[in-house]
Amino acid sequence: MILQSLEIDPKAFEARTGWALKPEGACKGDVCVPLPADALRGGKLDARILSQRLGMPLIQDVDAGVWCLGPEAMGRALTSATAPEMVLPDWTGKQFHLSSLRGQKVLIVTWSSW
Amino acid sequence: MWQAVRSELHPKGLEVVTVALDVDPQAARGWIEQTPPQHPSLIDSAHQVDELFGVVNVPNGVWIDEDGMIVRPAEPAWPERDNPPDYQKLADSPEVPEQLRETLKLAGGIRTQPVEYMTALRDWVANGKTSKYALDSDEVIARSGSRGKAEAEAAARFELGKYLWDAGRQDLAPKHWREAHRLQPANWTYKRQAWTLADPFQGPTALYDSCWVNDVRKIGAENYYPPLDLSPGRAK
Repeated sequence: MILQSLEIDPKAFEARTGWALKPEGACKGDVCVPLPADALRGGKLDARILSQRLGMPLIQDVDAGVWCLGPEAMGRALTSATAPEMVLPDWTGKQFHLSSLRGQKVLIVTWSSW
Repeated sequence: MWQAVRSELHPKGLEVVTVALDVDPQAARGWIEQTPPQHPSLIDSAHQVDELFGVVNVPNGVWIDEDGMIVRPAEPAWPERDNPPDYQKLADSPEVPEQLRETLKLAGGIRTQPVEYMTALRDWVANGKTSKYALDSDEVIARSGSRGKAEAEAAARFELGKYLWDAGRQDLAPKHWREAHRLQPANWTYKRQAWTLADPFQGPTALYDSCWVNDVRKIGAENYYPPLDLSPGRAK
């Protein structure tokens, strides 16, 4: 996720990465990683602590003054088989939540114009 | 392309969600508007599906069951088509622009397995958890792509490049994209996105070391998609 500062809004972090913040730490499906008490300060998450604890690369573009926090490097592309929430605009611009299809079988397919 | 699959299988409990990658959102909208879909048709300019589901190419499919569990990780996915394009014939057509000719010739050599894929999909829609194609959670994680430090950083580099490009910093984006390509060469969506923005035909440009035609030729068109692994999970 793109960061303008190293302090992250927890809700934005959860929506973008599929990790959920719980009393036991950051969780994805049945995997939970404990976070130190100072990971959350003044209602904001510290990107450097998340990067270190979850194995998420934190890359800065110095010229533009922005960072990107990448996905967790835990060996496999999927850390859990529980489908993460995914929020993306549909072709009319309306936000679509993958979780709105719970109760149905879902096939996600990627495509491009050629 | 997926509308026919959706029409056939939606009454049996399947929803199809299409996600447009490596296209300019305006261009994707143009395509979608030609035949407005009944299913959710999403635009993913930052390639979130790569990060969240391990997608590395188009078309790739992911299966999610009624309880929100992934039962097949990202893999090549093709619908059956009544009139599949004859790439060799298209490549030989005098109307085809010269820069597309090589692309079409290579496209003709790409291995696709629509019959096998659709057989598996129909079986799962009919039989749910008892389908031999529905994998248990350990198998799903094991069969999802590799994500070590290199792949994770590739995802971050890609997203950073896309953000900078869209923010008008087209001078800063390519260095991050080149890094993404170097770190995860098997991710075609990163390469195709960068090439498409430099040249709509994904041809050679000074910005990148390679292009679609050269990269496909290097690995062999038949290896562009890995073969489907339709073997049952260990638990079945």
